[in-house]
Amino acid sequence: MLRLYGKIFKTGVLTEIVHRPSRATLAHDASVEQAGEALKEIVDCRFRGSLAIRQVDAGSCNGCELEIHALNNVYYDVERYGVHFVASPRHADILMVTGPVSRHMQAALQRTYEATPNPKWVIAVGDCGVCGGEFGLSYASCGAVSNVIPVDLAIPGCPPTPLALLQGLLSLCGRF
Amino acid sequence: MSETSVEKPAGACPEIRDLMIGRVDRLEGLYAGFDRAGIEISPQAPSPLPPAEVIEIKSSDWGRAAAAGREQNWRWAGVWAEDRGYDLMVNACLENHGIYAILRTHLACDHTQLPSHAPHYWAADRPERHIQDLLGICFDGHPDPRRWTRHQAWDEGAYPLRKDFPAAGSPTDTSPPDRDYPFLKAQGASVYEIPVGPVHAGIIEPGHFRFQAIGETVLNLEERLGYVHKGIEKIAEGRDPTGLALLAGRVSGDSTVGHAWAACMAMERAAGLEIPARAAHIRALLAERERVINHLWDLGALCNDVGFAFGYYQFGRLREQWLRENQSHFGHRLLMDRIVPGGVSVDVTASAVQGMRKSIAALRSELDELLTILDANSSLEDRFLGTGILPTELASALGALGFVGRASGQTFDVRKDAPYAPYDRLRVRVPTETQGDVSSRFWVRYKELRIALRLLGELLDGLPDGEVVASWLLPHEGAEGFAAVEGWRGEILCFVRFGAHNVIRRYWTRDPSVVNWPALEKLVLGNIVPDFPVCNKSVNGSYSGHDL
Repeated sequence: MLRLYGKIFKTGVLTEIVHRPSRATLAHDASVEQAGEALKEIVDCRFRGSLAIRQVDAGSCNGCELEIHALNNVYYDVERYGVHFVASPRHADILMVTGPVSRHMQAALQRTYEATPNPKWVIAVGDCGVCGGEFGLSYASCGAVSNVIPVDLAIPGCPPTPLALLQGLLSLCGRF
Repeated sequence: MSETSVEKPAGACPEIRDLMIGRVDRLEGLYAGFDRAGIEISPQAPSPLPPAEVIEIKSSDWGRAAAAGREQNWRWAGVWAEDRGYDLMVNACLENHGIYAILRTHLACDHTQLPSHAPHYWAADRPERHIQDLLGICFDGHPDPRRWTRHQAWDEGAYPLRKDFPAAGSPTDTSPPDRDYPFLKAQGASVYEIPVGPVHAGIIEPGHFRFQAIGETVLNLEERLGYVHKGIEKIAEGRDPTGLALLAGRVSGDSTVGHAWAACMAMERAAGLEIPARAAHIRALLAERERVINHLWDLGALCNDVGFAFGYYQFGRLREQWLRENQSHFGHRLLMDRIVPGGVSVDVTASAVQGMRKSIAALRSELDELLTILDANSSLEDRFLGTGILPTELASALGALGFVGRASGQTFDVRKDAPYAPYDRLRVRVPTETQGDVSSRFWVRYKELRIALRLLGELLDGLPDGEVVASWLLPHEGAEGFAAVEGWRGEILCFVRFGAHNVIRRYWTRDPSVVNWPALEKLVLGNIVPDFPVCNKSVNGSYSGHDL
């Protein structure tokens, strides 16, 4: 046990301060400019200190999931902003949807959307979620998430890096 | 029937000669088995899919050929079919000690009955149902005639992989959910059912699990997959080699190097293209880095699933460091699109070599330190030891691959048994355990991680100079290629056929998950429901790679 505590002590705090995105990289730059520092404030005030995200894989290759998972590692530690991932759409403020929506997941995604209480927001994550990506439209794929449920924000990338995900989140919250 | 397509070499060095003679003996054993069963065969010489052998057999002998293969202890590795317009060609891949034998038969388009391999090989169950759903070939004698990949996105009588089926399909507004799949029912006092998914409670791919349980004990588990079916095999048709490499890199996001390498190798073999030695080395560097990153992630996730957050955060920290290093040395955190037809799209600089050497040494010492802590932690042992046992015989019967197979005594590794450049010049050690529980799968991963670090060191030491990509050779119409690559989950198979003008006519790939998913159904039996997450994670099958 001593070794374990020793290791924790030695590892120290690695969590990074996220740089505010520059005007050039994001569409909603004016709000994003404020969002970085204001996020916690917004989450505290608008979401009672807790912003809940339900992640739904609607047909992705799992690449986006890996990067979304990375948001929880010690470097990004997204929970410090009051942002956390929940197990049920009933508990969620935001649906984070990845993948070209496979036709086999179409009904499941719609029902997950319906199960999420209002007000709710949808983020389409990754090139596939944004526009269908490498898979596009086919007999088995509906393509972009917006073809199936309304989308409030798109975060492109294949897959988007954790930093891009975080910036997207900031820009969505910064709108309110 | 004594013809073989391999000549016994006279002048080769003793080791290679032994290997080649072993190859001839094994194939002769298989041929003799066919002979005893009265199966007429015609081996193709020279093989159109080297280094695999292709053996033509009559469709009526198809089932008995599998029985003969089973008798000779050949492992069943996969099946694929092709609509060639005028007929349907079916191929089944068998493997024994690194020798791939591909059985091949032809069916008329309007006569689609074929004896099933599933009564002889469990692994053939779902792949044959996949073919039935996508190509309309009926497998006689299949023990489970239920649909598999087909949910409700296309009609029962429509077959997406037939040439007359448009890739766009004819979709309705919303594909109805697959409500009426006939799951196995358990009845009796205090038996109850737990349906899980397709939308799971975590950040994970979709699929459905149906448990029957008494109290906390799992009586039966039935997997229902296919939710992530994206039509990969169909949309690959008509792409050029570059386009196929992009698609293959997205068959399964965590195996992007493995699948892209397999697809490129198959295409290069079809085109008769040899890649530069430096490119092969860099591909192996990328593949081993992918192995390291995924094993780190799995070790952390396994700790997390039994509530040992320390392990989750420590391994997650190490993984993130390597992901960032990928970004700085190779330009992509998950290494997507770094492997291209003819070589790789990125070179390694001298400073990157130095950087990687340092991070290998650093990870080694970190792992040493963590090993001591993990080993001394009895709470981890409590949950891992004796949980989710896959017995050795069962693993062998299923043909379990990668760390799932190795934790149950299966030694097969493409890098060692059917080596390709640059592994043909390296000694790949394959760690095995025999207990077959979650703990074994944990420690096999740990050992594979250590071995990958050593391989990375050797690859960096022996990095040859030269080009990193060869210019593409136009394959002739109908050219075909087959490749087997050891991905981080295990053996990845790939078949490619070109049409005219450098265009893909058929792309088939088999992720190791296809073989390992059924193992999960078996190893979870008799365990308690709360142990399912850790059992599932210890197998870590890919949904996307399975559903295609």
